[in-house]
Amino acid sequence: MDLVESYAQDLRFARKSFTRALLGLVLLAVVAFPWVAPDYMVFIATLVALYSIGVMGQNILIGYTGQISFGQAGFLAIGAFAFGHLRIWGAPFLLALVGAGTVAALAGILVGFPSLRLKGPYLAIATLGFGVAVYQIFVNWEVLSGGRSGLAIAKLKPMLGLSPVRYEYYVYVLLLAGFTLATYNLVSSYVGRAFVAIRDADIAAEVNGVNLTRYKLLSFAISSFYTGVHGALYAQVLGHIEPQIFNILESITLFVAVIIGGVASIEGSILGALFVILVPKVFSNFREMVPVVYGVTILLVLIFEPLGLFGRWLKTRLYFQLWPFR
Amino acid sequence: MGDLLEVRDLSLNFGGITALQDVSVSVAEGETLAVIGPNGSGKTSLFNCVTGIYRPTAGGVAFRSESVLGRTPDAITRLGIARTFQNLRLFHNMSVLDNLMVGRHLHFRKNFLTALLRARGEEIRHRRRCEEIIEFLNLEPVRKSRVADCPYGVQKRVELGRALATEPRLLLLDEPVSGLTQEEKDESAYWIHEIRGRFGITVLLVEHDLRVASRLADRMVALDHGVKIAEGTPAEVQRHPEVIKAYLGE
Ligand SMILES: Nc1ncnc2c1ncn2[C@@H]1O[C@H](COP(=O)(O)OP(=O)(O)O)[C@@H](O)[C@H]1O
Ligand SMILES: [Mg+2]
Repeated sequence: MDLVESYAQDLRFARKSFTRALLGLVLLAVVAFPWVAPDYMVFIATLVALYSIGVMGQNILIGYTGQISFGQAGFLAIGAFAFGHLRIWGAPFLLALVGAGTVAALAGILVGFPSLRLKGPYLAIATLGFGVAVYQIFVNWEVLSGGRSGLAIAKLKPMLGLSPVRYEYYVYVLLLAGFTLATYNLVSSYVGRAFVAIRDADIAAEVNGVNLTRYKLLSFAISSFYTGVHGALYAQVLGHIEPQIFNILESITLFVAVIIGGVASIEGSILGALFVILVPKVFSNFREMVPVVYGVTILLVLIFEPLGLFGRWLKTRLYFQLWPFR
Repeated sequence: MGDLLEVRDLSLNFGGITALQDVSVSVAEGETLAVIGPNGSGKTSLFNCVTGIYRPTAGGVAFRSESVLGRTPDAITRLGIARTFQNLRLFHNMSVLDNLMVGRHLHFRKNFLTALLRARGEEIRHRRRCEEIIEFLNLEPVRKSRVADCPYGVQKRVELGRALATEPRLLLLDEPVSGLTQEEKDESAYWIHEIRGRFGITVLLVEHDLRVASRLADRMVALDHGVKIAEGTPAEVQRHPEVIKAYLGE
């Protein structure tokens, strides 16, 4: 129940101690994890962290702005190869990361242009075409992709005496924390409101001073930046990339993660990434079942829990908060 | 000349349909002008041309002596025109407050970095303006509610509030009391009257309900089948034989 009646009261209620305590626990678990879990699980957690960034980017576009993209694999490839070349030319890790994100963001702006005219399924097809085109370009243009042998990327040098696996985990989790925080701030700023306004009623958004061209392209740029960084981080953990990695399945995976995790939810993006990483691991002996699991889960989510895993969690939490009075 | 809004010989066609034909209307600063007419007479189309949603086939629209044709809707809003919609167009999944905050969008000092770094100064400044409007429209109890969960009457008020949040000089209201109960209609009429008194905003209003329209308006224009058939004081227009014929024919 929302009984807050005045602005001042509202500000006082802004500090939610429950959320804080929970956040503390999560942080503790995340820091302790590589010391209690075996290396292969730490590696999987690293993958979840980097996928979370890509899913968040996709969620900014789909969940918040209401634009669709099935061409995410294209941005992943662009980010990964830009990163690979930058690293090979001697750029330090963080600089190469920003470079990869920026190149992907520029590509995102280009891909965003059809969104000014096309909606729904038409936009989906246009972006799908982009993903396929990028794939073909990398497959056929050996200067970009490093030819048959692909691109080899030097491993990160661990610091603070950490093992390589743990070091990579901490770096990636830190990056995820940064992206999560930035995303929270973004979606609660005037930019995020403009995105949601476009999603809910584009004409009304325009009539209230939101420039559709600017904000749709901005959404594509931001989302592609995230995806480019995802591609770069993926390239870094793999240590070796070739174009075949970034096929259409990757686009579908990111889309699935958004729907299952929760549309327009940051926490949901992380849960969605967890899902799409864990399912293929759990079903590693029946790989051909993975798309079936995705399909069935999406159906179940759409039927029973349109808010995704995060919506389920919200309801559970509400249940416990109201517990004695239920 | 010197009128706030000047619509000159405006025509609009959709394929074979003529929505507006050579319509001229001007609104002086500070007045409230009502546009009346039966359903399908082109009232909403007129608003859509003024706010840049439709591109007229011929004619001109000038706001403060500047042509608005060819500008995007957001650019027109920045000039100082705001509107509401006949069939509400709200941001359904946002709170009432956030809907109003979108109305503040054009007044934000925009800096992408501050958006990423949670600089709250601008937020608080604009939130204060929204709170004034929330208080004015008695929206306090629902400020944090999702708009989709609010009753129709409240939604209409939210849309009015959102338009006010842009701080317009000219406010276009498309059937602001349609679908409301009698009590709500009276309240809305009071608010619309107050908007002019308190904020000094010029109002151009489309209204099907002649009683409310004549109560609020200084002047009235009647459309029928996209053609202006009468103009004058509310009493004059309502007595006009063409207007009576148009309304009877409905
Ligand atoms: N987007 C559109 N496409 C085709 N016809 C339209 C469109 N918008 C309005 N019209 C037509 O223009 C005429 C005037 O409509 P409208 O301006 O909505 O009237 P009012 O608001 O007075 O009821 C109607 O005949 C309507 O069918
Ligand atoms: Mg109408």
